[in-house]
This record gives sequence, structure tokens and C-alpha cells, in this order.
Amino acid sequence: MSLALSVENLSKLYTLQHAGKFRPKTLAEALPMAVKGFARRLVHGPEASEHTEDFWALRNVSFELQRGERLGVIGRNGAGKSTMLKLLSRITEPTEGRIRINGRVASLLEVGTGFNPELTGRENIFLNAAILGMSRREIVQRFDAIVDFAGVDRFVDTPVKRYSSGMYMRLAFSVAAHIDPEILIVDEVLAVGDAAFQKKCLEKMSEFGREERTILFVSHSMPAIEKLCNRVLYLNGGQVVADSTDVPALIREYMGGGSGQEVSAQWISSEGSPVHQAFTPRALRLVTSGGNVVDGMIDYRQEVWCEIEGDIDEMDDALTMGIAVFSDDGQCLFWSYQSDLAEDQWPRFHKGRNLMRVRLPLDILNGGQYRLELIGGLHFRQWICEPSVNAPAIFFNLSDRVSESPYWNGKRATSIAPKLHWTIS
Amino acid sequence: MTGSPTAAPKDGRDDHAAGIRVIEAGHANRHYWSDVWRFRELFYFLAWRDVLVRYKQTVMGLGWAVARPFITMVVFTIVFGRLANMPSGDVPYPILIFAAILPWQMFGSAVTEAGSSLLNNSPLISKIYFPRILIPISAIVVSVVDFFAALVVMAALMLWYGYLPPPQVVIVPLLLVLTGVIAAGVGMLFAAISVKYRDMRILTPFLVQFGLYISPVGFSSQVVPEKWQLLYMLNPMVGVIEAFRWAFLGGDHAFPLLAFSISVGLAIVFWFVGVHFFRKNENIFADII
Repeated sequence: MSLALSVENLSKLYTLQHAGKFRPKTLAEALPMAVKGFARRLVHGPEASEHTEDFWALRNVSFELQRGERLGVIGRNGAGKSTMLKLLSRITEPTEGRIRINGRVASLLEVGTGFNPELTGRENIFLNAAILGMSRREIVQRFDAIVDFAGVDRFVDTPVKRYSSGMYMRLAFSVAAHIDPEILIVDEVLAVGDAAFQKKCLEKMSEFGREERTILFVSHSMPAIEKLCNRVLYLNGGQVVADSTDVPALIREYMGGGSGQEVSAQWISSEGSPVHQAFTPRALRLVTSGGNVVDGMIDYRQEVWCEIEGDIDEMDDALTMGIAVFSDDGQCLFWSYQSDLAEDQWPRFHKGRNLMRVRLPLDILNGGQYRLELIGGLHFRQWICEPSVNAPAIFFNLSDRVSESPYWNGKRATSIAPKLHWTIS
Repeated sequence: MTGSPTAAPKDGRDDHAAGIRVIEAGHANRHYWSDVWRFRELFYFLAWRDVLVRYKQTVMGLGWAVARPFITMVVFTIVFGRLANMPSGDVPYPILIFAAILPWQMFGSAVTEAGSSLLNNSPLISKIYFPRILIPISAIVVSVVDFFAALVVMAALMLWYGYLPPPQVVIVPLLLVLTGVIAAGVGMLFAAISVKYRDMRILTPFLVQFGLYISPVGFSSQVVPEKWQLLYMLNPMVGVIEAFRWAFLGGDHAFPLLAFSISVGLAIVFWFVGVHFFRKNENIFADII
């Protein structure tokens, strides 16, 4: 194997500007401040302020990547993942350290970079492909394949502003999927689009991986990382905390790691989580029949309950709250609301703290990893927690064995695995 | 990739020749001009996009590139030729004016387009690497296309007045390049400043408007008093516009040697200052745009 990428003591410093605490109350106070502020902006730039703070987005990061390795970079928001991608893609310059890259690189920090809504599909393919580094000859060669893959052949001469968002995404991804680099750097591209689209992206990337190309992939989706990568780098606070080829083990560690709200079996509201007078979610968790928060693999014989806590300031009759369950390839398996049955059977909300409970239908789920989102809103009016947008999420794992049957002892290649009762007469 | 293979190993140049790219603090632009060359196709595509987008979903299309200078010419002819009664020698006033509108409109729109180009392409800058200098330079291509469209109007005017251009008209492409170089220098400067100081967005149209008043577009340089001539020629467009008049009209219009020399000198200065300032700030564009 030969070296594809080496990163030595990479650091990036940002200087943050803070607004001063003092607010003028009278014109006599405000006037001298305005003059001083103007002079300062004139000398130090329009965003300058008296209070600055140095922030190391990345600090002394080092690692090497061999040809054919597929590295997943994980870490919470603000851990330095995006900064690292920007440095590797040469978008911004490191403050310290060096990167050596051996081979043709393509970086996909988003799909559809440079798409112009006024231009047609055909024109955008050429433009976007050129931006991603393809030569005119390569674009002409792959043009038909790109259109084909995106499935937009009828609309290829229509301005993309008239495309549906799905078509737009498919076309954008299709261009990206036809670049031909030795080293591919990908950001959370999979976070957009519907489940089918995400699956397509993942398949295309697996294909890249099978061709022994080097991939550096940043994602919040643990299943995607587990599927695609043979090595993981865990960043925290701008530093490498763990670097391992034992992908499942590191992911498990990361998922269990302290306040990793977005990836554990319990979610507790914090700054930035959804707030609404009709229902403010406070907590979401899975508990066993003993009342403990689920920890680790769930066995099909267990009873597991989903608990939602939320505060109601103002009662609204249209309030519907529930859960959505997604399988590890991003497919949504089902939604369930408290208002799913006949109206006289609905449980009633009340002002103040509400605790909602529902039993998880383990008898229909297959083995594997799942994401459970707290969803809901005001019926036909407004989302409070929109699925895959701002819905709080937790994760859980089901063991592959889902039945007592001696004939059913492995995971079936199906989306769900209901245990039905048969009769013969 | 192209790179000189004969430099000292410690600065990493030998690696570059071997196909290894090194990104280091303070050295991101070591192979700047070879990168510009590598990304030349992107330059064509960016220019092509700007030309395509400019007149999309307009009724007039490229007709605007013809109509705008024509209407300006009519207004100027009435205001300066009829009302102010400025002298034009034996040349029809519309032709005198139009010979100046051609370079001025090209310059004005090129500076405006180049100056706002970085902000208009901010999604590109924050997501993809390429030498940023391609953005303002490619933005100028649109103005060049407009220039050629307006040239058709010039030809029509000359036909209408039965005015045969002198042989030196062949030099017009060179003058166009000179206009482009000045506009690129100024445009790069404005673009780089505007990333940090959005004030530039408000200031640019004002400066271009102001430039029109101190350039000999509506009048001929002869009306400027002798003692002010040198100061007046420090505007690089004075030499360019008078050279355009000489190329199209000949006759009374002698080649403006002094003004033109000043223009060429300033063009070189503007270009190097523009490139230098742009490159000095280029590395932080993605961080602050």
C-alpha cells in the first residue's frame, strides 16, 4: 500500500468577535460610542469589536491514510470535522501544520455547488462538472450516463428552477457521482434528500470503496459510517480522540460517550431544541419494564417502552405528538401518534408536564440499528418537531435473532419482521 | 500538473513534480499560476455561465447590449451636442459620442461585474477550491461580449452618416485589451475589498457614475482648460477614450500620446496592485465571506 494522504500537526485558528456588554441608554452615551465604533471599524475591519477570542477549530491533528482506506470522521457538532474538510479541500488555509496529498482529489462538500437556477439541466451539468474538476472532454463522454443516472432526460433542457426538489437533488448528485478521483472527500451529502436518494448515494459510495479508492467521509450517520468505512477517526474539541480500524467498537464507544445526545437512547432538551407553547419536548427515552433507560442491545423478548416528556403552556386541540422509526439505511418504517385511534380512545393532554408512554412494537421489527424521532405538531397547521429536520432523535439496537423458532435464527433481508400467527385447516 | 523540478527539496517542490500536493500554512499558493492554468477550463465555463445567465428570461436578450449604449448616445447627443453646444469638429456628434461610449460602457460594466463577482459567487468560494482570481476575470468576459454587440451599432452609425473609418481602426482590439486590463485591476481591488467591507457594494456604482463625469464621454478633451490637463489625464480612461476616438475618427483627432502613455502606465500599475492585493487577501475569503 502507498500513502494517499498525510496530515501532520494540522491546526486552524479562528478569531471570534464578541459584542460588548454595555448598551447605551441615552443619546449622550450613544454618540461617542458610535464615533469610537466607526473609527475602530475603519481601522480593524467592519466586524471588529473590542472583545475578541481565539478559537482553535482544529489543534494538532495528525493521521495518515493509505491508498484504499476508507476513513470515517465522526464527532459532535463543533468538533472540527467541517474545518478539517475545508483544509483538506484547500478552501481555507491551515494556521499550522501540513497536509500532503498524493493523487487526484475530488471534494464534495455539498451536492450541486454552483448550480444556477436560471440555467437548464444540460448547462448545469457542464458547469457543475467543471467546478468539480472534470475536463470538457470527460463531461462530454459522461453526459449521457449522468442524465441517465439522474433520470431527468425529458427535462434536460428545462431551467432547473422549474425542477422539483427531488429532481434537482438527483441531478446534482448524479454529476458528483461521475467524477473519477483517486481520493474522494465527502461531507454529509447523505443528510439531504429522501430515503431512496440517500440509499442511492450510499450505494454509489460503496462502489467507490470496492474499487479500492481512498475515501474520507464525514457523517453523523453511524450506520452509514459502519457500512462504508474500514477505519474511524473520532474528533472532539478539534483534536483526535480515537483512531481505530475496529469501526463498530469505536462507534459503540462514541454512541455511549457522555453527553452524546444525538446518538444515545436518551435525549434531553437543551438550548436550540424545539420550543412551542403548545408542546415543548423535554425528554425522549427508551426504558425497560424495570424503568431503566435502555443500555446496549435490545433482546426481542424484552418489553421496551418509549417515553416522551413535554411541557404544555397553552392547550391546543390540534396537538398530535408521536414517534417515527427509521431503519439504519434511512428508510422510515412507521409513524405513530397519540391520536391514531378513534377520538374517544385518545389519551388527553393537560397543562404542565406531560409524560407520554407507548410500547415499542418489537414483534414487527427486524434485527439491526434504528433511529427513533420524536415528531409532532399542530394537525394540518404546523410542525413542532418535523421528521428528519428538527425532531429530537435517539438510537437503539435490536439483536438479530427475533424469534424462538428454530428455523428463524438469522436476520432476514426485509425491512420489517412481523411475527404473525398462522392457522391451517 | 506542472511544477519546476529543480528546486531545493526542503520546500517541497520536488514532491509537487512527483504528483504530491502539499498544503502548508502560508504556502497554499506556491503554485498559483500553474493552478490558474490547470483550471483554465473552469474559467471558460464561468465566463460562459455569466454570458448565458445575463440575458436569460429577458424579452430583448442581447438586444439590451445594443439598446443601452444607443439610448445613452441619443441622450448625450441631445444634452451635450444640442443644448450645451459642445464642439465636435467635422465629425457627426453621435459618432463622436459613440466612439467614447464603447470603451466607457465596457469599463464601467466590467468594473461593476468584477467588483461584485466574489460576493455573487460566495457559495462557490466556501465549498470548492480553485484560484479565486478566475472569478473577477471571467466576470469581465460578459462586458466584452456586450462591447462586440455595441460595435454593431457603431458600424450602423457610420454607414448611416456615410463615414469611413481611418485605417488605424484595426488597432481597436488592442485598445479593448487595454480597457480590460485597467478594468480587471480596478475590479480585482474592489472585489477583494468587498469581501470584508460590504460598503464597496454601495460605493461601486457611485464611483462608476462619478468616473463618467470626469471622462471625455459626453465631450471632447479639448474643452478641458490647459492648466487642468495633466490632472485630468490621471484618469486612465481619458487616454483610452481619446485613443478610441483617434482609431474610429482620425482626422482632427490626433493620437493622444501623453494621455495614452499615462493610461498604459496606470494600467500596468492597476493590474499589479490589483493582483497583489487580491492574492494577499485570497486565503481568507472563504473564512469571512
